[in-house]
Amino acid sequence: MSALLQVQDLTVNFALRTGDLTALNGVTFALGEGERLGLVGESGAGKSVAGFAIINLIGKPGYIAGGRVLFQGEEISALPEEAIRRIRGHRISMVFQDPMMTLNPVLTIGTQMVETLQAHRNIGQSEAEAIAVDKLRQVHIPSPEKRLHQYPHEFSGGMRQRIIIAIALLNDPQLIIADEPTTALDVTIQAEIMDLFLELCRQTRMGLILITHDLAVVSETTEKIAVMYAGEIVEEGRTEDVVRRPRHPYTQGLIAALPQGDDQRGTRLNQIPGTMPTLTRIPPGCSFHPRCPHAMDVCSERAPGPLPVAYPDGGGGMAACHLYDPNLGDR
Amino acid sequence: MTDRWQRFKKSALFHDFKGDKVAIVSFATLVLLFICAFSAPLIAPYNPYDSANIDIMSSEIPPVWMAGGTNDYLLGTDAQGRDLLSTMIYGMRISIIIGICAVALQAVIGIIIGLIAGYYGGKLDGFFMRLADVQLSFSYLMVAIFVSAVLQAAVGVGRFAEIAVPFLIIVIGLAQWPQYARTVRASVLAEKKKEYVEAARVTGFGAHRIMWRHILPNCMSPILVLSTIQVANAVMSEAALSFLGLGMPVTRPSLGSLINAGFEYIFSGSWWITAFPGVLLVILVLAVNLLGDFLRDALNPKLYKG
Repeated sequence: MSALLQVQDLTVNFALRTGDLTALNGVTFALGEGERLGLVGESGAGKSVAGFAIINLIGKPGYIAGGRVLFQGEEISALPEEAIRRIRGHRISMVFQDPMMTLNPVLTIGTQMVETLQAHRNIGQSEAEAIAVDKLRQVHIPSPEKRLHQYPHEFSGGMRQRIIIAIALLNDPQLIIADEPTTALDVTIQAEIMDLFLELCRQTRMGLILITHDLAVVSETTEKIAVMYAGEIVEEGRTEDVVRRPRHPYTQGLIAALPQGDDQRGTRLNQIPGTMPTLTRIPPGCSFHPRCPHAMDVCSERAPGPLPVAYPDGGGGMAACHLYDPNLGDR
Repeated sequence: MTDRWQRFKKSALFHDFKGDKVAIVSFATLVLLFICAFSAPLIAPYNPYDSANIDIMSSEIPPVWMAGGTNDYLLGTDAQGRDLLSTMIYGMRISIIIGICAVALQAVIGIIIGLIAGYYGGKLDGFFMRLADVQLSFSYLMVAIFVSAVLQAAVGVGRFAEIAVPFLIIVIGLAQWPQYARTVRASVLAEKKKEYVEAARVTGFGAHRIMWRHILPNCMSPILVLSTIQVANAVMSEAALSFLGLGMPVTRPSLGSLINAGFEYIFSGSWWITAFPGVLLVILVLAVNLLGDFLRDALNPKLYKG
C-alpha cells in the first residue's frame, strides 16, 4: 500500500498577544491509498486544525510552525499559495459540519457545482453540468437534472450534506477530509451519510479522513483511528483494536464513557474526571496526567513519546503513554 | 425570462409587496413619474429648451383655475414665459438622471472599496475607512461650492452650463461613496466568517472570485435598500446645489433650479413657480423613500429568513 498522505511532526501555533499557543503539537500519521482514518477527540483537541493544516488553510493568527505534509510524495506544505489552490477542491476535498451554512444561499447548486468544476478544469457549461448530474446521482439525489436549478434552501439538511459531498467529489479527489460531517444531522440521516461515505470510498478508492468526536460513527466507518488529546495524537491503531482494546488511559476513558446497554440502566454513565486543559495551560509532562487514573511520578516530569503497542493477534499500534515504556516496566 | 418572472411572482418579496398598500402606491407613483420624465419630449405641451416657444410677454401667467390663467398654460408660466408644466417635466428628467447616475458612481466606488476593505482587513481596511471618515467630515456642499467656484472661474460661466450635469454627478457621487463603503464593509465582515466562504476557499477559489461572486451577492439586500435612499438623497442634493445656484443653469433647469428661480417671485404673488416644482420634488423623493422603507422591511433578515 503506497502512501497517499504523510503528515510528519506537524505543529501549528496561534500567535496571540500573550505569546504563541500550540494547537497542534508534532502530529504524525500516514494514510494509504483508499484508506479511511478516523480522527477522534474532544472539542478543542485540535482535530479540525489538523484538517485545515493539511491543506495549508490555517487562518490568521495561526501558522504552521513545523513539520511537513506529503501528498502522493509531494511536499504540499511547502508549496506557494497558487499551487496549493490547484490541489484544494481538486485532489483534496473537504466537507464541513453544518450543511445549512456551507452552500452559498444565493446561488443555485448547479451554479456552484459548475463553478467548482471550471475552477480546476477547462470544460464547457454543458459538459460540466453533465458531470454535476452524474455526481448528484452518485450520492442518490433523485431527479438530479431538475435539482440542479434549485437553491440550497429548497433542500433538507440530509440532502444538502449529500450535495456538499457531491461537490467534494466533482473533481474525483484522491482524499476527502470530512470535518464532523454528521454532527448537525439527526441519527437516521447520520447513518445514511456514513453509509454513503463508505460506499463512495469503496467505489472510487479515495482516502478519507473522518474528523469527529463520535466514536460510534468512526468505529463503523474507518479502518484506522487516531485519538487526539490537547493537540497531540495519543493513540493510533486499527479501528477494532482501538475500540475493543484501548491502550491509552484517555481512550480507555472515552470507551468506558459510552453507554453500554441495558445492564447499566439507571446508573450514572462513566466519565473521565476533569476537563481537557486549555491550550494556554497545558500541564508539564504528559498533558493527560492530571486526569489519568494510572498517573505515575514520571508522567508529570516528561512527556511520553509515541510507543509501540502490540495486540495478541500480531497487529500493532501506537500509544503515547509511559505505561508502555519497557524501560519503566510494564504494569 | 418567463421562468424568472414566475419565480419572482412566487417570492416572498412579491408577496409582501402585494399586501403593502403604501408600497404599491409609491411604486405606481414612481413608475408614473419616470414614464413622464423620460417621455418628456412626447408628453410635454411645449419644449422649454426651444427659445422660439418662449415669449417674455406671457411670463408669470397664473395656473388655469386662477383669475388670469389661460388654457394654454395648465400650471401657468415662469418668469421667462416658459410653460411651467413642460419645464417641470423636463426638469424632473434632469433631476432623475443626475440622481441615478450619481448613485451609480457612489455604488461603484463604495462597493469596490467596501469589499476590499472588508475582505482583506488590516492596514488596507484602516486606510480606506479613515479616508471615508475624512470624506464624511467635509460637508459635500462645501466641497461642491469650492469645486464649482474653481471650475466656473476656469472654464467660464457659459461653458460651465454645458458641463453642469457631469459636474453634479461627480460631485454628488464622490461626496457620498463612504455610505456605500461602510455598508458593504459591514456586510462583508459578517459574510466572510460564514462557512460557505470557508468552503469556497477549500474548493480552491481565489480571493477575487470569492469576493465578487460569493460574498457580494449575499450583501445585495442592504445595498439595494441603501440605493433607494441614496437616490432620494442625491435628488435632494442636486436640488439643494441648484437652489444655491451651483447646479443646473436657468436655461436647462432641474427641479432645484426651478424652485430657486421662482423663489425671487414668491413675494410678488407668483407663488406657483416655486410651489409646483417643490411639490413634485417632495412627491418624487417621498415615493422613493417609502419604497426604500418597504424594501428595508421586506429584506430584513431579522424579520424574514430566506
